[in-house]
Amino acid sequence: MTAYVLHLAILAGIYIILTVSINLIIGYAGQVSLGHAAFYGIGAYASALVSLHWHFPFPAAALTAMLVAGLCGLALGLPTLRLKEDYLAIVTLGFGVIVDLVFLNLEFTGGPDGLPGIPPPSFWGIDFRPPWLYLILVVVTVILVLIFTYRLVDSYHGRALRAIRDHEITAQVMGINTPAYKVVVFTLAAALAGLAGSLYAHYITFINPETFGLHTSILILAMVVLGGMGSIAGSVLGAVILTILPEMLRQAHAYQELIYGGLLMLLLIWRPEGLLGRGKLSLKFLKRES
Amino acid sequence: MLEVNGLSKSFGGVQALTDVSFAVAAGEIVGLIGPNGAGKTTCFNLINGLLPPSAGEIRLGSTEMVGLPPYRRARLGLARTFQNIQLFGGMTVLENVLTGYHLHQQVGVFAALLPLPMVSRARAENRRLALEFLELVGLGGKEDEPAEALAYGDQRRLEIARALAQQPQFLLMDEPAAGLNPRETEDLMALMEKLLPLGITLLVIEHDMTLVMGLCHRIVVLDHGEVIAAGAPRDIRRDPRVIEAYLGREEDEP
Repeated sequence: MTAYVLHLAILAGIYIILTVSINLIIGYAGQVSLGHAAFYGIGAYASALVSLHWHFPFPAAALTAMLVAGLCGLALGLPTLRLKEDYLAIVTLGFGVIVDLVFLNLEFTGGPDGLPGIPPPSFWGIDFRPPWLYLILVVVTVILVLIFTYRLVDSYHGRALRAIRDHEITAQVMGINTPAYKVVVFTLAAALAGLAGSLYAHYITFINPETFGLHTSILILAMVVLGGMGSIAGSVLGAVILTILPEMLRQAHAYQELIYGGLLMLLLIWRPEGLLGRGKLSLKFLKRES
Repeated sequence: MLEVNGLSKSFGGVQALTDVSFAVAAGEIVGLIGPNGAGKTTCFNLINGLLPPSAGEIRLGSTEMVGLPPYRRARLGLARTFQNIQLFGGMTVLENVLTGYHLHQQVGVFAALLPLPMVSRARAENRRLALEFLELVGLGGKEDEPAEALAYGDQRRLEIARALAQQPQFLLMDEPAAGLNPRETEDLMALMEKLLPLGITLLVIEHDMTLVMGLCHRIVVLDHGEVIAAGAPRDIRRDPRVIEAYLGREEDEP
């Protein structure tokens, strides 16, 4: 039982990083991304590959994951972030599908079999194989990520991002370099998702494309929407709830998905701005500008 | 200060502006008037860089601005208020003004993320300045209200405060008196007069003739995308082409 709770706590931590990162794109900068799991996967594969082939220690592998995922985010963001909401949604959706197919078909990613035998982290003389030690590693990483994002959204950069979300043209006219901000935040979010991927790969020690498909992108999105866009505390809450809730519904067997979906819908009808979101603006990107 | 030279803009087959030229000297309030659809807001959008011109030059000071993105023009000291108020609705009144201060952050891009004393000092200083601007436009004490919750007239003032926080040399105001009652318009005129001593030159689109005639040093009249008259208010009032553009030509009696 304790092992199971530890397992859920570790997964929740990884989802917190994913949710907080996509919240920067959606909740703060007001852009859409339906392919965030692709960066999660890119990070996981990058980290696994450099550990397996070149025996990178975990910290170096995690940094590689962030770098590779971040670069992919930059490469996707540069040409596409001038697109408006609906189009950006489709492009990121397509990106997610393509990346998933790439994992599935490439030789060195192991195809549908994935990559087994990823070494668990062991550095600074500590072997992180026991789950409670791994949980500490995840918690420390989550805290660092939270401190970073809090400081970011609390700084004048955060205000610039919210200005872009509320009124992009006005933000430009006021001297905010909106294209640069959008690309940078997209890159940062991709890098953080890559970090989450690295934590996942070295915890489970086996990855395959299934984990990083569209359903994961949607799950992360649901976590942000549930917790409240534009609220970091909301992202944490959303990630924790949606990690635990499906497990609690396990006794309901066949009805699990049904109850899960129903609860989500009820919550969004009751509180469309999410649990900790502020104001009605949080769902703005789903509406058309009138 | 601002020099517009041979500015033209066409949208497909529609010629919105044709060979528009005028200049605004430092310290002036110039009115840009004309019937609806004359091309006034298009002219602003070209000056701002929100649209590329089909031809022509726009110079602020000695800098040619055509080709520069809007945020670079803002750095040259150009600010703007909008015809339909464009506040950042998800922010408080104070945050809106602080956003105007974005250009003048003394703290570096990365330093802003660190818990340094200089960061908190800069924050306190920005806050103090922002409160001053709010005081100036008459919104003192409302800094923590959500911007969306303000009354219409107050939203207009907030937009001006936010533009002032950019500390511009040149301010474009697109129908600042639209939707205001006569009292509020009077307050607005008093406020606009306070801007000149701050070293801000104004170009104002406005339909309210009390404001235009009472405040503007010079007036440029657009009709069908062309400048049909320019000069002092009393001359413009009597200009037959202006009267014709606004009222139409009198048919000769048969």
